[in-house]
Amino acid sequence: MSSVCSTIVAVCTCLGLATAADLHVCSDPDNLPYSNRQQQGFENQLAAMTARDLGRTVKYVWIPQRGPFFKALQQGACDMVMGVPTDFPAALTTQPYYRSTYVFASLRSKHLNIRSFDDKRLKTLRIGLQIVAEGDGDVPPAQALAHRGIVSNISWFRLNRNFLGAHRPASLLDAVEKGDIDVAIVWGPIAGSYARTASAPLALTPVSPQAEGDTPFAFNISMGVRPGDTNLKAALNSMIRGRRDEIRRLLDQFGVPEAPANR
Amino acid sequence: MKPGIHVSFAMSWAAAVFLSVGCGRQPQVVNAQTATNVPAIAPGVRMASPLPNGDWEMPSGDYANTRFSTLDKINTANVGNLKVVASMTTGIPHGHEGGPLVVNNTMYVVTPFPNNLIAIDLKNPKGPLKWVYHPYPDSRAVGIACCDVVNRGASYADGKIIYNTLDDHTVAVDANTGKEVWRATVGDMNIGETVTSAPLIVKNHVIVGDSGGELGVRGKVIALDLKTGKEAWRAYSSGPDNEALIGPDFKPFYNKDRGKDLGVTTWTTDQWKLGGGTQWGWISYDPELNLIFYGTGNPGVWNADQRPGDNKWSCTIFARNPDTGQAKWAFQINPHDSRDYDEIMENIAVDMDWGGRMRKLLLHPSRNGFMLVLDRETGELLSAQKFEASTNWASGYDLKTGLPMEDPSKQTHQGKTTEDICPSSTGGKEFVPSSFSPRTGLLYIPAHNTCMSYGGVKAGYIAGTPYLGASVKMKPGPGGFQGEFIAWDVKNSKPVWSIKEPVLPVYSGVLSTAGDVVFYGTMDGYFRAVDARKGNVLWQYKTSSGIVGNPMTYIGPDGKQYVAVYSGVGGWMGAVAFPDISADDDYAALGVVGAMKQIKNYTAPGGTLYVFGM
Repeated sequence: MSSVCSTIVAVCTCLGLATAADLHVCSDPDNLPYSNRQQQGFENQLAAMTARDLGRTVKYVWIPQRGPFFKALQQGACDMVMGVPTDFPAALTTQPYYRSTYVFASLRSKHLNIRSFDDKRLKTLRIGLQIVAEGDGDVPPAQALAHRGIVSNISWFRLNRNFLGAHRPASLLDAVEKGDIDVAIVWGPIAGSYARTASAPLALTPVSPQAEGDTPFAFNISMGVRPGDTNLKAALNSMIRGRRDEIRRLLDQFGVPEAPANR
Repeated sequence: MKPGIHVSFAMSWAAAVFLSVGCGRQPQVVNAQTATNVPAIAPGVRMASPLPNGDWEMPSGDYANTRFSTLDKINTANVGNLKVVASMTTGIPHGHEGGPLVVNNTMYVVTPFPNNLIAIDLKNPKGPLKWVYHPYPDSRAVGIACCDVVNRGASYADGKIIYNTLDDHTVAVDANTGKEVWRATVGDMNIGETVTSAPLIVKNHVIVGDSGGELGVRGKVIALDLKTGKEAWRAYSSGPDNEALIGPDFKPFYNKDRGKDLGVTTWTTDQWKLGGGTQWGWISYDPELNLIFYGTGNPGVWNADQRPGDNKWSCTIFARNPDTGQAKWAFQINPHDSRDYDEIMENIAVDMDWGGRMRKLLLHPSRNGFMLVLDRETGELLSAQKFEASTNWASGYDLKTGLPMEDPSKQTHQGKTTEDICPSSTGGKEFVPSSFSPRTGLLYIPAHNTCMSYGGVKAGYIAGTPYLGASVKMKPGPGGFQGEFIAWDVKNSKPVWSIKEPVLPVYSGVLSTAGDVVFYGTMDGYFRAVDARKGNVLWQYKTSSGIVGNPMTYIGPDGKQYVAVYSGVGGWMGAVAFPDISADDDYAALGVVGAMKQIKNYTAPGGTLYVFGM
């Protein structure tokens, strides 16, 4: 019956080829811990996991994550992007696959143990914040500090999107390690992955409260597809549900802090 | 990311003859390209620099930035006969700001990105292009530029056409051969810097300003050696005095602008390093005082609550010595700007009778809706009246202190809603330059009546970090119009007439001439000639796209006068006309969509050079 078998194999192979369509993922070529061209980021691993589940092959479209990034998705340069806040308007977002938070990051040896924006020491400590290099926004902790009149002791660090050379998203955390600033308030995934390899141990504590007025400090993160692409969204949702534990293990490997669920 | 914008340009001469060849052109006297005398000049008016009189060799035509030409062959009596004599597409669907130069019977056009320089031989109208120079700028600049990939033009001197490319270079190109003579690096894309402005050449220096104030760039103006491109000086718009080139010559008129290292002390910790204050507009020059004048852009970071203090030297007019860069005076127009009122607008130098004595004036129609008149020798503010009536963020300026009298309820705060701030961030006018006619004493201002509400927050996400953006939403101001072309009586600080546009802002530069005709364009594509005194439209022609460029005029090889302008909508407000910008989200394009929703019904992008003649 070898002929039957080989026929079946042939059919399977054909079907396999037919379903192994490329999954085009817009991804930043130089944005660890999320992604890079060498595919060392957790979003790269998640993309591979996703494609396996869908029976497709990842094809990257490398685009720095700036203004045209979401436009590229909308215009069909790719099928999906990996990490966007849930309900982010520029994409159709899946159910969240993780939730993280801004954290206070300081040298463990300083024993600061800051947990809240209301900590009086924040009025005098040297604080570092990221500047969002996009002209029309701030990181949320900036607003929490401004409401408390904490402005003059803040140093600003560019996200350092370096278009031509080395990418240093963590200059803010370098400054913590070197003692140039006492505490950085930084988005969890960046802080967590940095802390794994820092030469001096860092203490990371989620900010408190987790939201204030209209301002959240913790965000649900989803995958994003083209507005209208409900089929892919549904497929991704079922993948996220089915692989929840596996995804969490992946994020843990990269030190991504988990925030408590949104109430 | 845009898949490389291909440069193609097709010649499509609208008329068989661009300029008639060999039809007995009168030999012109050398050095006849500029004039200092204006026939029938208004009483009590004196020009501060020579005027274009045949050629057009610098962005504004003249150093004083009047954009007034002494040519009068086209005048109120015959302008109704104006016709298209030639047109040429650039093939680039982006904003065509700035305007062409004409030098020695050659016209030079700088395109938006990829910033090609096209030379057209006016003596060989049917022939091929004289040459095209390609600078091949780095395409990554396209993703960094904030507000379309525009270029505002070139300057000519010493046999070279000199201009800036979006990817932070200044290039000097041999005006005859199209060969690159030198190329200088003037900025750093890694930190978000781009260059869109036109350089001004003063003696042996090429003066260049930068863009990128939306990205936390520390603004600066630099001077390059005309022969080699080597940097001669750089003056930052923030930081310690020695880096802002503030030294012993610095004598600001007002106390508010005096003190040591104000570029540091008017900021919180180190924030001046991201202080903005870029210079992407126009530079003027007074040869008699040997001073250049320019204004600086908005401060960084964006949230004003995070940078208490005046944030010097953002939103400031500087007077500097072009040889050394040293500041003579500074006047901060918008201390602690919270509304994105860049003040990179033109500063027009003219001498006028002011209260009974001749004074050296500097006219600055401000982004913030006030028409500022300063003494350009001292920096004293002589007058500040609203040119756009809806302006409400301040009631006026205190001429004794030089400070605006602000309405605190129109300050913006992140997370708090502030309704109906007028003008919007796009200003009572944008960078598009006005023109001053010494014959009428009127300044012709291309203006907007646009307001904004500012507040709430929306989620944004960049480089893997969630952030919160302000919800800025613009809309047409009260009165049933959004664009206004205003004739402003400088001496009496009041408008004398205006032409209103119901739907779209006026977003083109202006040209006035000794023929008492004023030219400007509209965003729906009309190119207009208006009677300089009465304000009635004498002639108009509907071009193929909205006009955001600056008209200029010149004498062709046949001795006739021509007027040229780019048609090709784009830029910050104009980008809403682009097919890939949705008009659905009022908050998109930094909030400008709300004010420009209808533009797609009126025009679409596509750059064309038009030449008009009799």
